[in-house]
Amino acid sequence: MVDATIKQDGAVMRADRRSSLQKTFQRKSTIAFIMTLPLILLIAILVVYPALYAVHLAMLNKSMQKFVGLSNFTFLFKRETFWMVVWQSCIFALTAVFFKAIIGFFVAHFVHNIPDKGQRKWRGMLLIPWVIPPAMSTLAWLWLFDPSYSAFNWILERIGLSGVPWLGDAYWARFCVILVNVWIGAPFFMIMYLAALKSVPEQLYEAAKIDGANWWQTMRFVTLPMMRNIIMITALFSTIVTFANFDIVRVLTRGDPLDQTHVFATWAFRLGIEGGDIPLGASVSLFMVPILTIGAIFILRDIVKRGNEA
Amino acid sequence: MTATATPSVPAATKPRYGSMSRDRRWAMRWSYFFLILFVIFFLTPPIYMLITSLKTSQEISAITNPWWVFDPTLSNYKELLGSGTFLTFFRNSAVVSVSVVIITMLISVPAAFALSRMRFWGSATLATGVFLTYLIPETLLFIPLFKMMAVFNELTGIELINRWWVLLILYPTLTVPFCTWIMIGYFASIPKELDEAALIDGATWTQTLLKIFIPVALPGLIAATIFAFTVSWAQFLYPLAFTTSESQLVLPVGIITTLIKGDVFNWGQIMTGALLGAAPPLIIYAFLMDYYIAGLTAGATKG
Repeated sequence: MVDATIKQDGAVMRADRRSSLQKTFQRKSTIAFIMTLPLILLIAILVVYPALYAVHLAMLNKSMQKFVGLSNFTFLFKRETFWMVVWQSCIFALTAVFFKAIIGFFVAHFVHNIPDKGQRKWRGMLLIPWVIPPAMSTLAWLWLFDPSYSAFNWILERIGLSGVPWLGDAYWARFCVILVNVWIGAPFFMIMYLAALKSVPEQLYEAAKIDGANWWQTMRFVTLPMMRNIIMITALFSTIVTFANFDIVRVLTRGDPLDQTHVFATWAFRLGIEGGDIPLGASVSLFMVPILTIGAIFILRDIVKRGNEA
Repeated sequence: MTATATPSVPAATKPRYGSMSRDRRWAMRWSYFFLILFVIFFLTPPIYMLITSLKTSQEISAITNPWWVFDPTLSNYKELLGSGTFLTFFRNSAVVSVSVVIITMLISVPAAFALSRMRFWGSATLATGVFLTYLIPETLLFIPLFKMMAVFNELTGIELINRWWVLLILYPTLTVPFCTWIMIGYFASIPKELDEAALIDGATWTQTLLKIFIPVALPGLIAATIFAFTVSWAQFLYPLAFTTSESQLVLPVGIITTLIKGDVFNWGQIMTGALLGAAPPLIIYAFLMDYYIAGLTAGATKG
């Protein structure tokens, strides 16, 4: 493949370049290839190969000596925990992305509404959850949700309500996991939407104003269409990342109570690394692929479309 | 609430200039009000970290207002910074992150240059492939990588698991695709005339890259560096899966595995450790906010 690349490229170049530059351009593809070689090797050995290897691993038995076909998958399908994890992963990703998008959208508008010179300061404060390493900030949440010393429960008790078993009850624990994810991710949406808002030409708003549009019409026919691309792509990115999330669930609940908060990544870690059943862990993690593929196709389509427009 | 969220345009059937500025002023007031609420929501955990880190364990377990420090002390900081293990974690994290930044730049800058300027067979496909790689999460790869290392150990006798430097091999899979992608975007925005002129003057491709592209695309380079550093610093899954001994751990995993011992939580120290662990990215962010944000938005808006 290497030789073919260089020869073919060289031939094309030779045909349409002036002779004085010929020598440079003949060597161009060689240099280009050397420059991209580390990247290609990295992606091939540490990303593409492991991804394919995961498929192979998923078809072995626990001691990894026998090929068992799809029996790891049929075994999973029979387990109740597996379906719980599928359900929980989907709920987790969709709810979290939805709330991140909503909060990000409104906060971006609030920042956009205030005078320009103050925006930097507010934006700076609002992005902090995104900057702190997720494992570290989740520790702070873990402490805020502590069963005996929860600082939230202290406030609730002060105003006459009873404390909440934040991480002890399955439904509350799911709520907490989503809450922390929204807390970390909403600032990212805010920054993206704010950038999109800033890119809407002021003339469009002036034109809408002259035409007598009210705020809803302005939003519906000016702001949203102009932001559509960014809204879509941010949501898709975030869906992929949230769906594959590990840190938050791992630190906050470790899947407890009774495996009720596991998502694909944490359950795969529990089975594959901690449980020592690598093939089963690989099978679980492979279930992330369909969602990731759908997300990737949509994002790619958008990029190709924009590439053609440019 | 939604009414205040949009840049207010009055429902004007006839022009009412006075009311427009009044509407705008109200929109601004409501915006400030909600911004304050959201800032409280966003800053509560880090502030609570700080509050707890200043308390003694007696005060933490006492039934007093948890949101206030009655007896501030720096003993948690002294104890943690005086302990060898914490400094080991910190040093491991710093060495790993800085090395990963250097490796990432050495791989992705030349690759981005080649992919954006030196069109060759398959370069467009490769650029798209780089982007797709960025979308593959580490949670999909850690199990096969774990097994690959075990196999590698059987074949060559070199042990990779539980060595901190194995992270130098693993982290670039997270940083290189994104950095290459945003550098392609930055390089593509440099006018063609610039490098054509250099080539006609007899500069080699390497000289063009080093003397023209890197200086001109410096903001992009800084954004990519910040990204690579913060991603390496924050990475949690790979060190958790691949390193176990105290001497090999990096900061996030070290704090979580060594300070939480069974059911005994020393929350004062945990919060201090978490705060110190969050400090380097926060400091970088405080000083280079604009670059940080440029890198953040570049991934989805460029290309």
